[in-house]
Amino acid sequence: MSTRLAHTGRLLTKARQIAFTFNGKHLTGFEGDTLASALLANDQMLVGRSFKYHRPRGIIASGAEEPNALVGLGTGASFEPNQRATTTALFDGLAAASQNHWPSLDFDVGAINNRLARFFPAGFYYKTFMAPRAAWKHLFEPIVRHSAGLGKAPRDRDADTYEHFYAFTDVLVIGGGVAGLQAALAAGRAGAQVLLLEQTPHYGGRAPVDGGKINDLPVDKFVEQIVAELETMPNVTLRLRCMGAGVYDHGYVLGYEQLSDHTPGIPGPRHRLWKIRAKQVITATGAIERPLSFAGNDVPGVMLAASVRDYAVNYGVSVGDRTVVVTNNDDAYRTAITLKTLGLEVPVILDARTKGGGDLMVQARALGVRVETGKGIAKVLGTKRVTGVAICTQAGEGAVLEEIACDAVAMSGGWSPVVHLWSHCGGKLIWDAAQAMFRPDVDKAPTGASGEAFVLAAGTANGALSLGAVLSDADAAGKAAATATGHKPKSDSAPQGETPAEALIEPVWMMPQGAGVKLRMKSWLDFQNDVKVSDVQLAAQEGYESVEHTKRYTTLGMATDQGKLSNINGLATLARALNADIPAVGTTTFRPPYTPISMGAIAGEARGEIFQPLRRSPMHAWHEENGAYWEPVGHWRRPYCYPRSGETHADAVAREVNQTRASLGLLDASTLGKIIVKGPDAGRFLDMLYTNMMSTLAVGKCRYGLMCSENGFLSDDGVVARIDDDTWLCHTTTGGADRIHAHMEEWLQTEWWDWQVYTANVTEQYAQIAVVGPNGRKLLEKLGGMDVSRETLPFMTWADGALAGIGCRIYRISFSGELSYEIAVPASQGRALWDKLLAAGQEFGITPYGTEALHVMRAEKGFIMIGDETDGTVIPQDLGLNWAISKKKSDYLGKRAQERSHMADPNRWKLVGLETVDGSVLPDGAYAVAEGVNDNGQKATQGRVTSTYHSPTLGKGIAMGLVLHGPDRMGEVLDFPRIDGSVAQARIVDPVFFDKDGEKQNV
Amino acid sequence: MSDAVSALDGATYDGLVRLEDLGLRGMITLRGDLASVALKNAATGVAGVDMPAQRRANTVGERGLLWMSPDELLVLVPHAEADQATRTMQATLAGTHFLTENLSDARAMLRITGTPTAVREVMAKLTPVDLSPDAFGPGDVRRTRLAQVAAAFWMPDHNTFCIICFRSVASYVFDLLKAAAAPGSAVGYFDQS
Amino acid sequence: MLTLQCPYCGVQAEETELHAGGEAHLKRFGPGASDEDFEAYLFMRENPKGVHFERWRHVNGCGKWFHAARCTMTLEVFGTYSAQTSEPPQSIRAAISAKRPGWQWKDFA
Repeated sequence: MSTRLAHTGRLLTKARQIAFTFNGKHLTGFEGDTLASALLANDQMLVGRSFKYHRPRGIIASGAEEPNALVGLGTGASFEPNQRATTTALFDGLAAASQNHWPSLDFDVGAINNRLARFFPAGFYYKTFMAPRAAWKHLFEPIVRHSAGLGKAPRDRDADTYEHFYAFTDVLVIGGGVAGLQAALAAGRAGAQVLLLEQTPHYGGRAPVDGGKINDLPVDKFVEQIVAELETMPNVTLRLRCMGAGVYDHGYVLGYEQLSDHTPGIPGPRHRLWKIRAKQVITATGAIERPLSFAGNDVPGVMLAASVRDYAVNYGVSVGDRTVVVTNNDDAYRTAITLKTLGLEVPVILDARTKGGGDLMVQARALGVRVETGKGIAKVLGTKRVTGVAICTQAGEGAVLEEIACDAVAMSGGWSPVVHLWSHCGGKLIWDAAQAMFRPDVDKAPTGASGEAFVLAAGTANGALSLGAVLSDADAAGKAAATATGHKPKSDSAPQGETPAEALIEPVWMMPQGAGVKLRMKSWLDFQNDVKVSDVQLAAQEGYESVEHTKRYTTLGMATDQGKLSNINGLATLARALNADIPAVGTTTFRPPYTPISMGAIAGEARGEIFQPLRRSPMHAWHEENGAYWEPVGHWRRPYCYPRSGETHADAVAREVNQTRASLGLLDASTLGKIIVKGPDAGRFLDMLYTNMMSTLAVGKCRYGLMCSENGFLSDDGVVARIDDDTWLCHTTTGGADRIHAHMEEWLQTEWWDWQVYTANVTEQYAQIAVVGPNGRKLLEKLGGMDVSRETLPFMTWADGALAGIGCRIYRISFSGELSYEIAVPASQGRALWDKLLAAGQEFGITPYGTEALHVMRAEKGFIMIGDETDGTVIPQDLGLNWAISKKKSDYLGKRAQERSHMADPNRWKLVGLETVDGSVLPDGAYAVAEGVNDNGQKATQGRVTSTYHSPTLGKGIAMGLVLHGPDRMGEVLDFPRIDGSVAQARIVDPVFFDKDGEKQNV
Repeated sequence: MSDAVSALDGATYDGLVRLEDLGLRGMITLRGDLASVALKNAATGVAGVDMPAQRRANTVGERGLLWMSPDELLVLVPHAEADQATRTMQATLAGTHFLTENLSDARAMLRITGTPTAVREVMAKLTPVDLSPDAFGPGDVRRTRLAQVAAAFWMPDHNTFCIICFRSVASYVFDLLKAAAAPGSAVGYFDQS
Repeated sequence: MLTLQCPYCGVQAEETELHAGGEAHLKRFGPGASDEDFEAYLFMRENPKGVHFERWRHVNGCGKWFHAARCTMTLEVFGTYSAQTSEPPQSIRAAISAKRPGWQWKDFA
């Protein structure tokens, strides 16, 4: 069993006991524990079930690479699934629950899959769920859905806050182990601005556990000294609990800082996502120990050898009383020596190498530990917990030589440098056969904007394994980064590291090397996704030769740990199966983030009210206070209608339309785009932008205009006013303001740069209020200050003046067909004018109306709406707007495009009005069907609905649509099938449904 | 003019820094040839400060000139003077190619004040700009974005950022800064520098 | 995420402050142009693996359009320059030649 030791635990504060729960069970640990170490201290080795076969799984590692110990943390609004117990700091009240089991962790029904494992090989789902088709809906999908996913998604809204932070630095060091610290010191001493990120709560990495001396000091002491020096340097910043998550183009790096996961409840953000721009990045990310592939290597109690050592030294936890060590390299001997020194039993060290190890082997033997060379594990005994191992010769097929009782196995298959961050942005790897590892190819580093390398790997992450090599490599990296950022490094030498001499590793990709299929089927590569040696071999046999294909076929490395433990073993297995070299097979692509980061951190501040910008007009508060039902238009919110109590939205729209047509309506039109175009060439410029002529517009007059893209399609419309000799004001649609302003600037800056024109987007300077309806003039006259008579201010003119003492500009333009004044005032006075208009309009029953009433009224008048009648494939000619296309101009944007044969095709669908035979409202977007079928065998069509409303004015459904030869087919009735299978019949009519002669607006 | 209100109507918040709506301010866009004597005279005449160099801000109280682009200045004057100042510049520049528009109400001006570290950190949570003292300081102006919207800011002194955004998103920007200044969220990055 | 220096205001802008505008140095064809020329102008674009010329706008910034010469493979930036030119200036061409001898892009080399 696993238990707490009396005298060790360098990271613990044993005076502070901490209470927590696991699956509801009350347990205690110490300050400084991780959840994993505290669970082990409480003999809770079994922490979850595997994904596919629901096999019992225990903690296997002590850090970020852990594939098994994933738990749900917290409850309610702070619940989070799939958290690694090995990187979760213990705190008072922590509540953890294991995942992927039913009904309980100890007894799990899904484990039946394990019995059936030989029927669930790689690709099982691909092969099985092909046919019959009907089985998908009723059989396969429900089962797959039920068992899919790891952990449970949170149900409640996240109660925590998150934020981003933009940082810029000369040198970013990722990793606060001895390599990272030394690199930071070397760069910092040279005067470079340095930021160092360490993902754990401690500096020093694993060096203090591994022993040795630096400059004749114990490693802990050295770490203490170097951190103290770095902390005094004003140009160096150190951050703990901050992981380098990803390295991107041009020196961009994401850092993931966990601020309060270990102290929930304190004020402030839970996570902070650092958006760092670094001139040089040093990845001092260490290395990860590889498992060995032997049968039963996933039984709880089998752990990575260095992790067993970590738990003993850092957390004072013994994983077992009797621990068998199995290895192919010298490092695992440290575990045996540590355990033995702590008074624990190590029955045997199984060293797969025939010659065994170096100085450490001698030390282990001197401590009385039995060492067997050329031996390995045939299989692990036990199911929910290791009870022993059967040993065999590594060279053989697994004939059992001896069974040895034990309750833990410490395995080491060698070390893989953490090359993830090196690789994210294109750094290449080379296979180091001597050390059996992929390490960064320093000649193929990621390059930045200058074309020069911007990432340096340092220490173990660079393949330097001994303490001395790590320190000198890191020192050189720090100095190189300083030089690359324009600083002059000191000529001091790197600290001296001392460790015992080691013998070379011998790669072991399968144990024993001739293991038969029965053993291979129980030799796990990917613990989280349940991929075994036999699965990868099957994939190879079935023709999946590319490592990327094998990955997807078997799901190797596709779990939340992204194959930190499994990738190298998996691709080595594939290489063997393909009889290829490991470098020829290569690795899968390393993608950020290094370990999963929270969705909250990615979102940062963008949640709730500030999820996205909400644009408010100067009258927004009034709309809100008066019950507006909102319609989002871009980032704006515009009132759709103002329902009164008891009214449906349709009722409100009808009331707003009727009251406006009968007497007086009021519209907040502030969101309409307004762009000033000024200069000696402004007229010429506008003639190019609009299809019609704007240079001839007289000062004081307004003209409706259309804008097209170079592709000929209609892109925006609006009324243009000539302000003075060289100044025009262009109205755009609400959504078009920024786009059209950008469009203008683009043409001015990149094509006609010699034309003298300036533009300014003045949209938000003005609150614009439309006073609409037969009593509109009376209202303005009542407010007083301007002559708004037909004679002084006729239709399609504008005038400056003041209304009720507020300076304004009034445009006599109409989008409703009514007598209409659009009044523009400075935004700061918009609300004041709105209030005055409302007050003065009481006697006329003034009625504010929303966008839907606006739409209905414009449709009754047959006015087009950009985005309804247009969809990016419609040209003005389709909409019968030829009158707005100048015949005199030799050129305008879109003119050449409109001359293409397809654009001039008489068979293009054209705009018409549509009136249902029974007065009902046509479905929006409905198609008119024709005789026969099209090339795809579908029913042929001859038109479609672009806008459709109930017209309160006419008391029936009206619509506009594009119809084949439409204008020539007045009176014809078309069939529009509805979704429910019924058919609506509508007659082709003139699109102007109301006041065809414009008598109401022109008064 | 007594009816005139700014978008935020004087809102304030106290957190890591003090956040304030600066109310109505006169902001006039002036486009033209920044090298021309006429334009310099027009701009400096109404603003009462020297012509700014590239990406610089010269401000005194409510008056100032901000360099916005190679052919654009933002002229700051008291709100009540903006219309007159615009007309004055128009008169000065008559006969040349220029554009000047009183855009005071198209925008909102906010201010954060606090320790030199705190004001920089609050801003650095929202804008992708190097705000270390070596890279950005009093007199510099930057047009960029705050989270998802366009903004411009400058530092009148080491304890202050002034921020200009569009009026319609003033609430959004206020709420952004409020969130960035929430208690307990100090970063400590600029502490040492 | 790219950074490009805006040649108008001097800011080293990151991609979120910029708007990409596609291939640079297109020649506009209007009324009177042949179908082939017009089609090429509207639709046909270079898609090189290597040296490329692009249009960018410093949209969250000074608002100016500019040109950038960069490598689509490595994202190396050879330089940025004025939008008011129909071909890359000699200094940019020299900078590219120094890094990518023998490069060619449409009619430019």
